[in-house]
Amino acid sequence: MPIFHNPPARPVFRFSPGVLLVLSLLLWGTRSFAQESPYIVTYDHYLEEPGNLEVEYFSTLGTQRGGHNFHAYWAEMEYGTTAWWTTGLYLDGQTTFGDSSVFTGFRVENRFRLLQREHLVNPILYVEYEQISGADKILKEVEGHDTEADFLSPNSESRQEHKHELELKLLLSSTFKGWNVAVNPIFTKNLLPSEPWEFAYAVGVSRPLGLKASPRRCYFCAENFIAGIEMYGGLGDVESPGLHDISQYLAPAIAWNLPSDWTFRLSSGFGLNPNSHRLLLRWGVSREFSGFGETVRHLLGGRP
Amino acid sequence: MKAITTQLRSMYRALARSVWVGAAVGICAATFLPAQTTRTPIPERDDVALAAFARVPNSARSRMNPFEGNLQEIVAGGKLFARHCAQCHGEKAGGTRRGPSLLQGEVQQASPGTLFWVMTNGFVRQGMPVWSKLPEPQRWQIVTFLHSLNFYGQQPDQK
Repeated sequence: MPIFHNPPARPVFRFSPGVLLVLSLLLWGTRSFAQESPYIVTYDHYLEEPGNLEVEYFSTLGTQRGGHNFHAYWAEMEYGTTAWWTTGLYLDGQTTFGDSSVFTGFRVENRFRLLQREHLVNPILYVEYEQISGADKILKEVEGHDTEADFLSPNSESRQEHKHELELKLLLSSTFKGWNVAVNPIFTKNLLPSEPWEFAYAVGVSRPLGLKASPRRCYFCAENFIAGIEMYGGLGDVESPGLHDISQYLAPAIAWNLPSDWTFRLSSGFGLNPNSHRLLLRWGVSREFSGFGETVRHLLGGRP
Repeated sequence: MKAITTQLRSMYRALARSVWVGAAVGICAATFLPAQTTRTPIPERDDVALAAFARVPNSARSRMNPFEGNLQEIVAGGKLFARHCAQCHGEKAGGTRRGPSLLQGEVQQASPGTLFWVMTNGFVRQGMPVWSKLPEPQRWQIVTFLHSLNFYGQQPDQK
């Protein structure tokens, strides 16, 4: 006698593993309040606190003369391995309006604090490996002779180009009376032997709007806002040194550090010469998860 | 309309892929990379951290706290402590696996200048990061709060 089973009812809403991951991060128990700088391109000398994970999302809306505007985005995960070493992963993508959306590659970065104590100028060594396609448009740094015209190719064409790059930065940063000044010389090498070393820079100045904390919990207190300005651009390469065919940007920026652990950043980059995009409007949101490493080790049965 | 839907779908796919790869790498990093704050046994780690107090220069020890005893600054310092310090030193400053207790005599007896210096410079090798990213007045507010916790009723020394 055949036994008929009713087919199992499909759940109205199924939690995908991705949704669960996002929910578990949102509901993470341990609080951590970050005091993030407003810089999007420039780095200061502050690393992640050890054991903390910072998850960030950034967008860049760029104008493009002679082509389609674009929206480039990247996710960033930074982990404080020790108090002197931060490691991170970037995942890049972009949508070119009227063209397509593509995943454009990943970057792995490491930042090492070179001096133990705080000094007038604090050097950090930044080492990054990038595996990206020619369609990458996040403009996290503008190198060598990069210009706006390089972004005209359609995604189907530019994504065929694959780059393996090594990027070295010396992050020099100083904080005095609430002001932070950061200067980052940048050296980039495509790992193909035929490609030259390229040079670039990023500089930034920032300051919290309020230096003293108010005794009450507040969202709009001056102490929660840090305003700053960044300037960044290419400086040529070894084969063709000089400041011809380079692009330069000036970008006022602001960060809003909420007491609820979130940080929002907004930056508006203006091209300073005809080779630059006219406008790079960037925004980002980040959250720091305290004790992430310890919790994961504990969950996986490691030594606490 | 169809083009927009296709774009949104491929954006979602790119983002979903990003989140997954990122989460995998984050979890691997957190699992296998050494986190210096949690590897050392607590008593030994705390001793090392407190011994580092001896390295504070004399000029820094003698700095005066501009907010000493000010009730408003104690409250503000408590708020800052909860945000920036409690994750390692505990909500009541009693210490956790990641950081020593700040209620111990060595800390409570330290001069305001000593605590300010430690906060500014950190003990990077022992896992205490530099906190100079907090503006100077906020660091003094935290020092004021820490001294208000004077558990043993002892006066901070002014070496």
